[in-house]
Amino acid sequence: MTAPVWQRRTPARQYAIWLGWFLGVMLFLLCFKIISDNTIWEFLTDAHVQAASLIGRMVPPDWSITGSLMLPLWDTINIATVGTALGVLIAFPLAFLAARNTTPHPALRAFALGIIVSSRSINALIWAILLVTMIGPGLLAGMIAIALRSIGFVGKLLYEAIEEIQPTPVEAITSTGAGRMQVLAFSVLPQIMPAFAGITVYRWDINIRESTTLGLVGAGGIGLQMNAAINNLAWGQVATVFVLIFGTVIVSEWVSAKVRHAVI
Amino acid sequence: MLDLKGLTKRYATGDLALDNVDLTVPAGQVLALIGPSGAGKSTLIRCVNRLVEPTSGTIKLDGDDITKVRGNRLRQARRQIGMIFQNYALVERLSVMENVLSGRLAYVGFWRSYFRKFPQSDIAQAFRILERVGLETMIDKRGDALSGGQKQRVGIARALMQNPKLLLVDEPTASLDPKTSRQIMRLICELCTEQNLATIINIHDVALAQQFVHRVVGLRAGAIVYDGPPEGLTPEILTTIYGEEDWTTTHKDSDDEEKSDKKDVEAALLGGHP
Amino acid sequence: MSASNAQVDHARIAAAKQGSWRPLPLISNRNLRWGLNLAALTYIVLVYYSVDINWARVAQGMDRAINFVGSFFTPDFVTRGGEIAVGLRESLTMTFVATVIGIALAIPVGLGAARNIAPRPVYFFCRTIIALSRTFQEIIIAILFVAMFGFGPLAGVFTLAFATIGFMAKLLAEDIEDAQNEPLEAIRATGAGWLQWINYAVQPQVMPRLIGLSLYRLDINFRESAVIGIVGAGGIGATLNTSINRYDYDTSAAVLLIIIGIVLMSEYLSGYVRKWTA
Repeated sequence: MTAPVWQRRTPARQYAIWLGWFLGVMLFLLCFKIISDNTIWEFLTDAHVQAASLIGRMVPPDWSITGSLMLPLWDTINIATVGTALGVLIAFPLAFLAARNTTPHPALRAFALGIIVSSRSINALIWAILLVTMIGPGLLAGMIAIALRSIGFVGKLLYEAIEEIQPTPVEAITSTGAGRMQVLAFSVLPQIMPAFAGITVYRWDINIRESTTLGLVGAGGIGLQMNAAINNLAWGQVATVFVLIFGTVIVSEWVSAKVRHAVI
Repeated sequence: MLDLKGLTKRYATGDLALDNVDLTVPAGQVLALIGPSGAGKSTLIRCVNRLVEPTSGTIKLDGDDITKVRGNRLRQARRQIGMIFQNYALVERLSVMENVLSGRLAYVGFWRSYFRKFPQSDIAQAFRILERVGLETMIDKRGDALSGGQKQRVGIARALMQNPKLLLVDEPTASLDPKTSRQIMRLICELCTEQNLATIINIHDVALAQQFVHRVVGLRAGAIVYDGPPEGLTPEILTTIYGEEDWTTTHKDSDDEEKSDKKDVEAALLGGHP
Repeated sequence: MSASNAQVDHARIAAAKQGSWRPLPLISNRNLRWGLNLAALTYIVLVYYSVDINWARVAQGMDRAINFVGSFFTPDFVTRGGEIAVGLRESLTMTFVATVIGIALAIPVGLGAARNIAPRPVYFFCRTIIALSRTFQEIIIAILFVAMFGFGPLAGVFTLAFATIGFMAKLLAEDIEDAQNEPLEAIRATGAGWLQWINYAVQPQVMPRLIGLSLYRLDINFRESAVIGIVGAGGIGATLNTSINRYDYDTSAAVLLIIIGIVLMSEYLSGYVRKWTA
């Protein structure tokens, strides 16, 4: 008899894990080969030259356009803010339809979940492209695109919050003889309010980032100026736009963190 | 006042929680419902205000059959039945005043309640009740800022705001220390006598129940196995209700009993002595 | 809020006794409260006047909007089936490769960005990478990478991998910072080397969440891969963009339905994987 050898896993499980890793690596190599076949590797040989020249043309940024970027920046913030507000307005009732414990009917729940997943799956930029073809370029398309994307995000997090509330206060308010809406307003709403505020501000912060790019497809904001600068190969101006975006995002993240800290 | 006939509840899982229960509670009577965990105490009182739908049998409140009522009539029935919960069931993010006023929800419309525009008489009544339970200086405190005993007082005040005819009390002391438990039990029983309420108290602490109530009903496996005065709880009867155990220490004075767990019925009955 | 809660307000109690009571305002400071209300009102007015909307154009677009919604009931997977298949294959491969590379790079960056285990200079360096990666949307990064590496999926892979680094490293670093300190000290006290220390004290604490986040990022990368194609970084985005610009909404709807389907599927899958690894 040999001395017992301590092993972390049973041999079968160990083999399964190795097999898993093996399959994973093979899949990775296969995927990489597909990408490699569709890549012109010659371009890569001078990528470092391209990168260097790109950065060379970006530094120093062309500060002269800063003034003319203020209005587009204001538009960007409006797209994010109004878009978030619209999205939240729709997501709020939707979350109550989607939450298992507050939905009036399973069919309505399925419908609400369908809207939420559709909205979540499709990027704001795609919504923006669609909306620009429909209602024309401009801020409105951007706002609606942001709103459509926010519905799913806010709706999902909010309905999860509703499903996690304590059930006893709901039982208590129901037992007073309160109506359905009163039960929601007095026992569910107070419990989800902090989460709701936190989710909204969090989404607003994300929307600030997303709205900076909507201009690329004509949906207004600072992205329009960025697009124009890129098309003109005016990389110095592009760099200025980048710095402004970076600053705005840092500020919005700070505001969002402050507000979330205050409400939770 | 309350009249239950052949009340039966079988859960979707097939468990028979209540088996043909007949029970009549007159106004002004404080009744303790005792029995081991899973005997159906909680199901019984939740059937009365229809938080749990009974499978068969009838529930009559003041002669009105409320077994099948729906919508507005169910709300009308529920507002006559106050309920007090084991874990207080306060809405923790609302203030004490808002929690107490929520007892009036069935009397005011949605928007009025949403904007907290309760009638002056309701607010004055809420204040009187809060004074009665000793919390009048805490009207603006949030539910989560209170101690366990204070939360239960707010829970009692909320139930009384309904101007109920019947009070259902679910393990009111299970989360409280022994001293607070006795204070809360005394308060509930005094208020019931003052307002001539019929009251059903689920309680696992037999010694505590015996000190305060007029009548004890023992439940075992969903059926009533004892119905009589608290003095009638002999060791034989306790064995019928709870199963075999040494009951000789049950009747000793329970001032020094330990805080007890809902699940741990035996320990509670033994007054904390192993 | 807490300041006014702490003291007993006798005036309010006396009023309540007479039956008059209003809930306490959320913000107890009167000036701050009105200031915020005024600021919100001003903002709404400003926005109202600075956004000018061409309602005639919007009304015109309603027909197309209805067409678009209708096309979800008549999606066309066939006419452009070849393009959709190629785009989809490219999107999926890009997503997988980029997620693997991104996570592999995010782990060292995440370790470096955790305040409790990284030295100061490393910490600031890693936090800068995270901030850069998180600030700029995938599409902006894609534009830059396309300019550097040329059109094609490779630029897309780099884009998604770069975005993955910021996302994963930030959450990983936060997780490590939240980890219990006792095991960290206990393993260090055994005289373990740095890698052993990470392997025995840090890894077990953060692994389950790391796996969950990786799956979530896989999902995000797939959704993003549908976007970066617009600027030439490969994937199904190009097909989608073309179909929308041609008003070929039936094909757009087909692509969008495929995306929604894959996202749904990945959500179910990640639920299962999380159960295995929990």
